Formats: sequence, C-alpha cells, structure tokens
Amino acid sequence: MIRTEHLSKRYNTLTAVDDVSFEVKPGEVLGFLGPNGAGKTTTMRMLAGFIAPTGGKASICGHDVETDALAAKRCLGYLPEGAPLYGEMTVRNFLHFVADLRQLQGARRKERMDYVIQHLQLQGVLEQTIETLSKGFRRRVGLAQAVIHDPPVMILDEPTDGLDPNQKHEVRGLINAIGKDKIIVISTHILEEVDAVCTRAIIIAKGRVVADDTPQGLKTRHESGRLDDVFRTITV
Amino acid sequence: MSNVGIVMRRELASYFATPVAYVFIVIFLMLTGVFTFYMGNLYERGQADLDPFFTFHPWLYLFLIPAISMRLWAEERKSGSIELLMTQPITLWDAVLGKFLAAWLFAGLALAFTFPLWITVAYLGNPDNGAILAAYVGSFLMAGGFLAIGSCMSALTRNQVIAFILTAVVCFLVLLTGFPLVLDLFRGWAPQSVVAAIASLSFLTHFESISKGVIDLRDLLYFAMLIVFFLIATSVTLEVRKAQ
Repeated sequence: MIRTEHLSKRYNTLTAVDDVSFEVKPGEVLGFLGPNGAGKTTTMRMLAGFIAPTGGKASICGHDVETDALAAKRCLGYLPEGAPLYGEMTVRNFLHFVADLRQLQGARRKERMDYVIQHLQLQGVLEQTIETLSKGFRRRVGLAQAVIHDPPVMILDEPTDGLDPNQKHEVRGLINAIGKDKIIVISTHILEEVDAVCTRAIIIAKGRVVADDTPQGLKTRHESGRLDDVFRTITV
Repeated sequence: MSNVGIVMRRELASYFATPVAYVFIVIFLMLTGVFTFYMGNLYERGQADLDPFFTFHPWLYLFLIPAISMRLWAEERKSGSIELLMTQPITLWDAVLGKFLAAWLFAGLALAFTFPLWITVAYLGNPDNGAILAAYVGSFLMAGGFLAIGSCMSALTRNQVIAFILTAVVCFLVLLTGFPLVLDLFRGWAPQSVVAAIASLSFLTHFESISKGVIDLRDLLYFAMLIVFFLIATSVTLEVRKAQ
C-alpha cells in the first residue's frame, strides 16, 4: 500500500508538489499524468526516498519513507526518470550488483535473474557494457533492476519513454503480467498508455491533484469521450 | 556481504573497466621513478633508504589523487545514477564509505606496485626496513586524507574538472598549513596557540614524522580524524545536493 498525506515539496519560492494525498491499494495500476513540470517526478522521488518532503508524509507498505527509509526501500522497485545506469558495467554485472544490494541469494537469486532476463529479453546483451546499448535496451535494464527482487510496490517514472511501438507493447505486457496483486505507479504523458495498462489515473497539474478516477470515469468528463480532451481541459 | 562491501566492489571494478586504472598506475609509477632517481638522486647520495622516494609523495598526490577522487560523486550526479544508488536499500553512509574505500584501496594498490624500489635498496645496501614500512603506512594514510577531501569536493559539484581543481586547491592548503605562506595570515592577529594548532593541521608535519619511522598515535589519530571529518562532510553535502 502506498499512502501520502498532504505531501508537499517547496524549493524557496517554487512549490513543486502541493498538498498531495492519495492511497494506492494492491492490484491497482495507477497512471500518474500531468504536463511536464507538474510535479510527477518530484512526487515519485519523494516516494522512493530520494528527496525529502518539506511537508506531509508518505509511506510504502506502512513504512514511512523518512523515518523508516530502508524498510520502505526494500518494498519498492523504482525506475528513475531517464533510467540512469552505470554505463561502464556489463548488463550481467549490473544485475548482479543490484541482486547483491537486494540480498538475493541461492536458488531464489538464480530464479529472479532468469525471470528478468527472459521477460525483458536481455539474453543477447548480457555481456555488453550498458553504455553501448540502445535506448530501448537501457530502459529494459532499468526495468529489470526495478523488478528483480519481486517487490510488492513498483514506481516507474516514464517506463516507456524512448521505446519504439513494439517495445512499448512489450513493456505494457510486462506491467500487466506482473501487476496482479501488486501496486504499480507509472508516470507518463502518453495517454493511450493509461487505457492500455492503468486501472486508475491521477492527473496532476502545478503540483496539485486535479483528477483522480478510473480511465473510463475520466473520459466521461468531456463530451468527446477522449482522454486527450479531458487532459487538456483540466490541465491548461 | 555488507552494503559497504557491495558498493566498494562495484566501484573498484569500475576503475578497471575503463582505462583510468591502468593509465593512473603507469603514470604514478613513472613519476615516482623520475622523482626518486633524477630529483632525489637515489644512487648518487649513496644511502640505502627510500627518503628520496617518499619526500615527493605529498607533491605527487597533490595532482594525482584528485584524478582518482574527482569522479567519485561528480560522475554519479552528472549521469543521474546517484538516484539509482540512493533508492536501493542502503544508507547514505554505506555509499560514502564504500566508494571512499574503493578509491583508497586503489591508491594503495598503485603504491604497492612501487615495491621494486624497496627491493633495489635492499639489494644495494642494508636499509632500515621498519622505517620503510612505516613510511609506506604514512604514505597510504596520507593518500586516504587526500581522497577523503577529494570525496567531499566531488560531492559539491557535477563537474569533474571543478572537482579536480577544488580538491587540488584544498589539499594544497592543507599541505601548506605548516608553512609561513598560510601561517603568516594568522600570525598578525591570532593567539600563538591558534597558530600552533593550525600548523599541526598540516599533512606534511604528520607524514614526515611517520616517514622517519616513528608511528605515533597522534599522527594516526590525525589522519583518522581528517578522513572521518571529510567523509561526514561528504554525507552532509550529498544530503543537501544529491537531487540538484
């Protein structure tokens, strides 16, 4: 379970995230939508424990992200924006590094390694250094590190950004496949993605939550019944 | 393995995944050789010791150590991989310590490769092996001090060139605090005890006393406290600036 209460982040005069409260329950795939600069990434970074909130609280699986940070991080798989990785490492060494940090051992470790390698189709690039990979492969390596420990909660910041349509389709398939009984939060500004994978969508603009509904529910907010039009009406 | 160990091993492997490690070790060995034989006149002075070798270490470290430490955090911040690292279930201190230890081990490895010099003087005469060992320990501790400063400077910026220059400047000042250049700034107005305290902050004072063969607890404490201080400063800096 993810819970945020009045979560806020202020930088001097700028308020990046303003009093955001929501809850996500197991089985939900939440789409986090909003224009660029709306506060999506800042919110996700606070949930992942990378930056500290200036107001309010957030917890992952009941662990406060500030006071019980390690426990919260153990429950979480996180794909940062742009999927930063260690370019000089080979894919195999990188996955082993993450598996070490996630304390995966023995048969379980092997099973999880095989799982991510197979599902993200990394067999062909295991011995390649990450800096030589295409954008699509890098994104998949980033996803692999986020799901390798089979976390109950996943926060993926623009997981399909920079992928071609086939790769997008595969990643969505993966999210659908692993999404059962899990909590997944994905940020995106591709609205078709919301239809394809999300059970619920939150639209955020200027740091505030402006809509929180199912994709179907959102569509009824505009006479055309299209998410694009709803998005524009709410966020402009 | 502990989190510190996991971070350290990854970091150390990354030195060797790029030409950085090899270039550094080769340059370090070439320069120590040049300094020892041409400027220190190891043969001509006719003494079986390694003084001409160790005398130049503070000055060699001054521009070689920043080359190791500049990438420690600046690179992580520039590439964004710091976000990946800090959202793993490890503490900030695990990461700071692990990366520092990797850099220190690497510097130690480069230092260890100078062993043929020891063999040379042992072949030519009867050196005081205890004193040489102590000087190696002193040199290694001094490298740790330089690296801890470098780690902190690297955390301050996303730019490795700036990290290099800041580290060189700060290390130069710490090296020089025992010299009139720095002390004269304080002599005019500060009490004598303060001037003495500043003089005792110098790398040189402590390195020279160890390299004479006397490992004094005060010198060990000096390097230990310096390293701990700058690693804590690294953590504090990262806490504030990691997301910028």
